[in-house]
This record gives sequence, C-alpha cells and structure tokens, in this order.
Amino acid sequence: MTLTEFIAALDALGADGPARIAAATDLDSWTEVRNALIGRQSGRLTELMGALGALPKEDRREAGQRANTVKVALEAALEARRAELAAAEAAGGRALDLTMPARDRWYGAVHPVSRVIDEVVEIFRELGFAIALGPEAEHAWYNFGALNFPPDHPAMDLHDTLYVGDEQVLRTHTSPVQVRTLQQYPPPIRILAPGNVYRSDPFDPSHAPMFAQIEGLVVDEGVSFADLKATLSHFARRFFGASTRTRFRPSYFPFTEPSAEMDVQCGVCAGSGCSVCKHSGWVEILGSGMVHPAVLEAAGLDSERYTGWAFGMGPARTAISRHGIPDIRILYDSDVRFLDQFAR
Amino acid sequence: MKISHEWLARFVPHGRDAAAIRDLITAHVATVEGFEHLRADLAPFVVGRVVESERIPETKLSFNKVDDGSGTLLEVVCGAPNVTVGAKYPFARSGTRVPPSAKNPTGLLIERRKIRGFTSNGMLCSAQELNLGDDADGILTLETDAPPGTPLLAVLPAGDVRLEVDVLPNRPDLLSHRGVAREVAALTGTPLGVPTELATLAAPGSPPVRGDTAASAGGISVRIEDRADCPQYGAAVLSGLTVGPSPDWLRTAVEASGGRSINNLVDATNYLLHGLGQPVHAFDAATLAGDAIAVRRARAGETLVTLDGQSRALDPRMLVIADAERATALAGVMGGRASEVTSTTTRVVLEVAEFTPRVVRATRRAVGLSTDASYRFERGIDPAAVAEVLATGAALLAHVGGGRVEALVLVGDAPAPRPAVTLRAARAALVLGEAIPLAELTGLLTAVGFACAPTGGDALVVTPPSWRLDVVREVDLIEEVARLRGYDRLPDTLQGARPGTVPDHPLFTAYRRVRDALVAEGLHEVRPLPFTSGAAMPSPDDALVRVRNPLGEDEPYLRREVLGTLARRAEYNLNRMQGDVRLFEVGTVFLPQGAALPREEQRVGVLVMGRRRPAHFTEPQPPAWDEWDAKALAERLARVAFPDAAISLVAADAPVLWSVRAGEATVGTVRRVALDAPVWAKPAFGLELTLGEMPSARVAPAGAHAHASAPARPRAAAPMRYVPLPTTPAAEFDLALLVPEAVTSAQVEVLLRATSGPQLEACTLFDEFRGEGIPAGMRSLAWRLTFRHPERTLRDKEIDGRRSQLLKTLEAQLGVRPRTA
Repeated sequence: MTLTEFIAALDALGADGPARIAAATDLDSWTEVRNALIGRQSGRLTELMGALGALPKEDRREAGQRANTVKVALEAALEARRAELAAAEAAGGRALDLTMPARDRWYGAVHPVSRVIDEVVEIFRELGFAIALGPEAEHAWYNFGALNFPPDHPAMDLHDTLYVGDEQVLRTHTSPVQVRTLQQYPPPIRILAPGNVYRSDPFDPSHAPMFAQIEGLVVDEGVSFADLKATLSHFARRFFGASTRTRFRPSYFPFTEPSAEMDVQCGVCAGSGCSVCKHSGWVEILGSGMVHPAVLEAAGLDSERYTGWAFGMGPARTAISRHGIPDIRILYDSDVRFLDQFAR
Repeated sequence: MKISHEWLARFVPHGRDAAAIRDLITAHVATVEGFEHLRADLAPFVVGRVVESERIPETKLSFNKVDDGSGTLLEVVCGAPNVTVGAKYPFARSGTRVPPSAKNPTGLLIERRKIRGFTSNGMLCSAQELNLGDDADGILTLETDAPPGTPLLAVLPAGDVRLEVDVLPNRPDLLSHRGVAREVAALTGTPLGVPTELATLAAPGSPPVRGDTAASAGGISVRIEDRADCPQYGAAVLSGLTVGPSPDWLRTAVEASGGRSINNLVDATNYLLHGLGQPVHAFDAATLAGDAIAVRRARAGETLVTLDGQSRALDPRMLVIADAERATALAGVMGGRASEVTSTTTRVVLEVAEFTPRVVRATRRAVGLSTDASYRFERGIDPAAVAEVLATGAALLAHVGGGRVEALVLVGDAPAPRPAVTLRAARAALVLGEAIPLAELTGLLTAVGFACAPTGGDALVVTPPSWRLDVVREVDLIEEVARLRGYDRLPDTLQGARPGTVPDHPLFTAYRRVRDALVAEGLHEVRPLPFTSGAAMPSPDDALVRVRNPLGEDEPYLRREVLGTLARRAEYNLNRMQGDVRLFEVGTVFLPQGAALPREEQRVGVLVMGRRRPAHFTEPQPPAWDEWDAKALAERLARVAFPDAAISLVAADAPVLWSVRAGEATVGTVRRVALDAPVWAKPAFGLELTLGEMPSARVAPAGAHAHASAPARPRAAAPMRYVPLPTTPAAEFDLALLVPEAVTSAQVEVLLRATSGPQLEACTLFDEFRGEGIPAGMRSLAWRLTFRHPERTLRDKEIDGRRSQLLKTLEAQLGVRPRTA
C-alpha cells in the first residue's frame, strides 16, 4: 500500500463513518456500527492502523497522524450518538416535556438592613470614605463624656442606656467611633462607621433594644457646613434618586454644632403631604452637624485648626419603609420565609 | 411644648397663619411635630350670604335663598329673627353635622327636608349651635369680606391651632409661649408685645421686701437654708381671694395649650408656667405652721403626701419647701396635698423661685416623678424672670381671684449677667462656608436678645440674654447665626477633599468576604438580638456579661457565642413548621473580664438544617444537610476568612465534630446543634469562627491622641500565583483497600501522598464500604490517584511500579491490604 492509497482509504472511512453512525437506531445497532468502524477485532480503522507498518518508513509519521485525526472524529460522533440513543431509551422513546420545572437550588440573601448599609457604604466610598469600627460595650467616656454630653443632664434622657458595669455602657450610638478614630489617626479623616447600638427601649413595632446605625465623620482643615450640606444632599440624590430634594432644619446633639436634621421630600406624595410623612411633605433621614470643638479637644486635636462634620442614620428605618415592613421585630425574628423574600 | 397659635399671637402680633408659623419655627428654631385644629369640628361650615328673604306667614320662620359659593342659590328655612338680606352667616350645607351639645350629644345632622311645605337645604347657625358662645337669640352675623363658600374657620378666630414643638434639651427657653414668641418676633420682624390680659393688670402696690438668705413681710417669713440649690426664692402673699371658675380668656388659654381648667387660681399659675415659662406654685397660707417658709434639704425619715395623693418618703438628696414643722412641697417638682388651694382658700402664698437643675433632677429621680415644673427647672429657667414673674403673677392672681396683694418677698441674689462671648466673623465664615458681614451677624443676634458690642476689628463681643443658658462658646453663636439666617440659605457646593488616613477596618472587610461566600452557598444573613437567658450555663454570672438594667429578666445576659442565638432562631422557625433553615450571622460576642470591659470578638456563626436542595421531580426527597456539608462549609469559610493561613479541620470530642485551625491557631468549631425540635425536624449542624477581636481599651487619655507619625496601613495579602496548565496526559488508577477500623482515612492518605512522589497530582477518596466480602473489623476505602509528569507521558511500567510500591508500604506500615474481588 502506498501513502496515497492509505490516505484514500482513511478519507473514505472519514466520509462514510458519520452517516453509518447516524443510521444506528438503537444501542444494539450502534454497537454493531462501532465494532465495524473502530472495533479492536474487525474495525476498519484498526485494520488500517495495522497496515501502517507496511508503509515506507518516511511516510509512517504522516499516515499515523491522519489516522489518529479520523479516529478522534469517529469516537466523538459515536459517543454523541450513544448519548442520544441512551436518553431516548430512558425516556421510553418520548421527547422531554420541556414545560417541566428546572432543577432549582437554594439561594442566599443579604439581610435587608445590611443591604441598606451596603448602599450607603457604596456611595460614601465613591467620596473617599473608609470603614471604621468600634466596640459595642464602651467606656461611658467615649459614649457620653468625650461627646460633650454634660454630666447628669437631660440630654442623657434622650439615650436610655443599658449598663454593663461602672461607667461601662452598651453604646447608645456609633458616635464613640468618632472619638476613637480621631485619637488613633491624624486628619484628614473621612470615615463611615456602621454598627449595632443599644437602647433601653422595649421591643415593640417601632422600637428595638438593639439596632444598626451608620456614622459618618469628616475632619480636616477648612471643612465647613457647606461641605456637610453638599455631601449629604449628594448622598440623598444618589440614594433616593437624582431629583430628590433635601432640607436642613435646626436640631441638637451635644457633639455637633450647628446641628441639623436632614429631611428628604416624601417620595410617596412628592411633598404634598400624606400619612407616610405625617402630612409634612418631608421625611427625616439623618441627624448631622459640625463636629463640636469640645469633641475635637477631647480627642487631643486643635479645634482652631481643624473643623469637621458628622452624621448618623438608622438603616432599619429605611429598610422598613422601602420594603413596607409593618413591624420592626420582623427584622430580628429571622423567619426563613421573610429572609427568602430577599433571595431573588 | 404645646403652643396655641392664638395665645402666641397675643405675644407677637405677626399676622401670619398657623401653617406659616409652623414652617418658620421648623426651619429656624425647633421642629413642629404636631399641627392640630382645635375646632376641627367646624371645618365643614362655610360662609353663607342671604340673597333673598321672606317671612312665612303665621310662623316665626323665614324662607331664604342662600349663596354658599356653589354657584346655585340654596333654599333655606330659618327660625331666627335677625335674618338680613346681604348679610353673611355660618352656613351648614346638608350633610354637615353640628357640634355636639348637651341637648344633642351626637350632634344634629343637617339634611334636606320639608318645613311647612318649604324645602330647606341647610342651616344658618347661631353662636350657640357652633359651641362658640351662649348667644342663641339669633344667627351669628359674620363681619367679613370673605366670599360665600369660604371655610368658616378661615374667618373666625375660633380657628385656633395647637402646634406641638419638639423642644430639645438645650433650649428650655422655648418651653413657653413667650419664649417661642421671641423667636417668631425675630423671624417675622414683629416687635414682641405683652398680651392685653397682662398689660392691663394693676401693678402690686410696693416692690418686694428683699433679703440675702431671709426676709419677711405680710406676716410670712422666708428663709433659704440651701443657697447652692436655691439661688432665689420669691413669695407673694395674697388675701381676700375667692376660688371659682376662670374667666373665658384664661380657661381658653389653659385648654389651648393642652391643659385642663381647674379653678381661677390654679389656672393662673398654669398661665404663668405655659405663658412665661416660670414654674410657680400657689398654696394655702392658712395651712403654714408658724407662718414660715424654709427652703432646705429633706430630712431622713420625713414624709410628704404630694398633690397626686401619694405619700412619699423623703431623704436628704431632695430639696423641700417646709413650714416651721414639716415639709410642705418637693421643691421644683410638686406641692403637698395638705397645703393645696381648695374651694375655701382665701389667703395664698404664691411661690416664684429658682431651683438649680441639679437639685431638681436629683429630687425628681429620687421620687420618680416628672412634672411640667421639674421638666423646666431641670433644663434651666430664666433666672432674671423670677422678680418679674413674682410681680406679674401676684397681680394676675389678685385679679382673677378678686383679692389683693399684701406683700412680696424676694430672698437671694439677683442673677449675674451672662458671660460675654467673642464672635469672630472669620471663624463664622470658616464654619459655615460663607462670609457673613458683621452688621448682619449683629442684626441676627440682636433680634433674639443678644447684646452685641463691636471690638473695632473683625469680631463682636456678645452677651447672651439671661434665658439663653446654652450659649457659652463661640460656636454656640455661630449656630444661632446659621439657624436664624436659615440653613437652607447657606451654600452647598460639593468640593474636593484630601484622602483620609484611616484604613478600612480589617473586620469589616472580613465580614464582607465571609458574607458573600455564605450567601453564595445559599444561606440567609440574620441580624438578631444578642441577649440570652443564660439557661444553658451552670453559673451564668461568671460565664456571661450581665446587663445591669436589662429590659427583661428572661434575657438579662449578653451572649458569648453566636451559635446559641442561631439555635433559638432555628427553633423559632421550627415552631412555624419551617424545617429548611440556613442561617448565618456575623456578630459580636461578649466574654467577661472581671471589672474591665468584656472582651469582644467578631464571630461568624452558621446553622444549617433540613434539605440540602429544594425538591425536584427528579429528586423528590433531596438529602438532608449532614456532617460533610458542615465540614465543607467550615473549610470554605475558614479559607475565605483567613486567606493567608493554612486551614485544617481536626476531629474533636462530641458535641464538637471538628475544631477549625488557621495555621497554628484554633479559630472555631463545627458542631451538631441540639435544638428543642419536633420529631420531623432534621438534624442541625453549626459552625462558629472567630474573625478577630474588637479592642475596647482606650486609645489615649481624655484630651490626648495617639497618632503615629505615619499610620500603618495593613499589607495586602500576597496575590495568588498562577499554576501552569499541564501539557502532558495524566495517568490514573484506583486503589480499593481493606482498612482496619482503627486506622483513619487520614492516616492512609498521608501515607499515600508521602509514598507517591512529586508526580502525584490528586488523591481522592471516592468510596467507603462495609459489609459483604469485607472481613469484620475492616472497611473498604477506595482512592483514585492521578499522576502526571510535567514533561512526558508516564509509561505503564512506571505506574505499575508505583502501585506495588504503595501497596507494600501500606501493608507494612498500617496493615492495609488491597481489596481483591
């Protein structure tokens, strides 16, 4: 046999093979075809491979490669047909009912409060904020004293405090992280501090003894109330939508001055007044203010040189209103049917 | 603070409607949280104009055509004698309900009906029918230019509105109508006035008799024993009084600010409280033993029955008012029952005093009794108003009680002027982001009572008014300027900023990695409460951190592990017939450290229970979560949490299955979780890893910082290195082995790996079998071994050689033999 004759025989097999494979109508006839093509005993390809030795030595390499290519192609075609025939056999010869449901799996979910925190973090990250954390059981000094709460003053009555020891509290807000951060790192400071805080509030539809809060703090030279308004309004537009209107109104926190609450125009009634906004047209979103010089001084900073602003917001409030959750306790119950609603 | 819009307007005739005042106060002063029309029942009534009128013969009735603004003239029958064509009257369209009265407690519903053959489509109303007065002789003529159809409340002064102002602790000066009026005066440019009822009072005959610590007049002696807690004590002695109902203006004022009218004298004291912001107390002078008043600390063992009828045990923390024998009132908190003004009282002592916030707060807390008076004293009253309110109050009580002022006594010092504060225009510009000229600063501050003196430079020396106890620093003045000018008028341009020095907290980034991995595994994040009952602990007070004032005694402790919390949440789900539970939490645990703050750790806890997958028609009963799922979750989680460490799971003693190691450190455990579970529930598995400690030590002492010269940023973990993909074929074979029960899978695998040489690519346990064909005390384990040479194809001979070498070693070292058919 010459190389030319060998190649001609291979090509014939390569051309003929697929048609014969497709002609197999069940697994038995498929086995016959397979044996005829590549069977060890009498397969045509096996015969040809056996004839390789008879070729001139310098042709064997090319012939061998060509034979191998044909072998791989035939094997693939055989396997594909076998799978089709096996599936058809398993289905009793009938086609699949493609209306049947997919094989599902469990999907996980991020808690709705964490989702709000994520979104807030995302927006402030774009503005160069980093994430700071602090302990939940705190020295009273970090929770109150360093934040300019006058000792034994009615301002403390706004924070129903849980105590774990003498001068040791479960932090009533995330603001202690402000002071810890200012003591640890030099300005410029741009941080966001999410975390859990505690109040001695009985569990009811709108109050929880522990809830999440997000604190923000900026301290540097030349930081002004204009920066506070600009950044928080920008946040509101990013968070609630580009056309969101904000307003700032006077408030009081011992650790900021001037202090301001930020409202956004009610998204339900667009400011005309409804039950969601208690007919005011505005919904309170966060408390904010310029960092009180006494706080900078408590952290060992020069309050003439540095100024700053801070804010705090409650992501659970936002989660409740955006998802229409009627009772805050649902967020804590951990009912899988509730959690699963956030999985898809 | 409840503010009556009408009462407010008597202090400052601003000429604006209540909604405008609400918006002004909210924008510049304090948030107005409530807005209530006191005569909301009159809202449906409108102004009606009589266009035609004729008498109905042989009756007192008239038949009228009324314009109610609807465009159609309505036929209305009326019984009043004073119907005049062209005049305007309150009109009730049919469907309107007239306010309830003694005669008709539900209120008459006006309906279209026939009277004497004439149709009537509504009612023209008298003052009495609208609860606007006693006049029932005819319908109420409205002197107004408002067109027919205008809501009645828009034209009648009866439309008073109660504004609920949320006064925060720094602004006690807003806890009165006069206080709010000062702000409204400044904001509207209207001068502050004196209400007619005060302006027309006859001044008391003579000024008060004064003394440093004691004085007497009118038969009463006053002595302050505790000057530190009571800087000023004023008393007015009034006689010839008659206790009776209040005049209308007084009753209306008291009710409009949310109070209840009691009698003329008590109402007058409430007028002084809510009108002028000074708590006062009137008591029956006849009950005073020894005609003496002393301000002193309570004595141990003393008791007092207060006005609310409670008998209260007193102690020296409390300040009291006493007569010659006993305590008669809790200073600044509540009067005593024995000295109460009664219907037979004729001689009264009116107390107008200053008690310090500290002592009133202590007294209030000791007795657990908060009152309108204690609320104001705790926050601080205007000390300069004491003398003024003493004179005004005496005159007011004398006027409404029909008696006379016998004497005024005022003991103590006149208050010192408030310390001046310097305000630099440049500092205000820096803080607010906008330069405000000195003249404007002066104008804004002067309008609310601050005295501004120029320094010649770029600053003002500002003396706060006596009622602004909160203004002590420059920044307090800057806030004043900002709010009076209006926060919304300050600039809000977003500017660039220097990058911060603070790195992301590593526990936050670990939380995010761990959370994303677990959500991808199909688990639900939870955020439950971290309180616990301690029931599972033998001595919870040693093992757990106890909240000193817990919300409930059922869960007074803070948890020391997350898994316990998840177990309770799993039980909550089982109680609701939910058996497929896959929960995780990244949260804090609290480990007691004696008197120090607890050690806080950030942990991740995972609990899985129930089916591994949802049911499908190809798999009606999916397998349940088991140990091997839990082990896989733990391995995955530990790798994500500790990317730089070698992770291993080491078998441990029950109920722990494995302890999880990251490098040399034990970072957590995998466990079966015992639940209070119904029989149908599947087993629960849990794992808990410690992500790190959250330090709570002080960073630096108060007033100091601990800034490093160059703050260290954590080094990024070494990046994963790419392993080149193989270019040569692999060779693999299976080893089915008979393994004595005493030998572990890990022992065999360690040996397999050690003996196989560097060309071993994978070594996978794929079968375990006990039973037929396997000798007792043995099990069959089968591994698939994959070999690959990086440069060439391995020869069959080489593979066979390795196989027999492996079997020889296994047999020699572990007594493990091949399983032959």
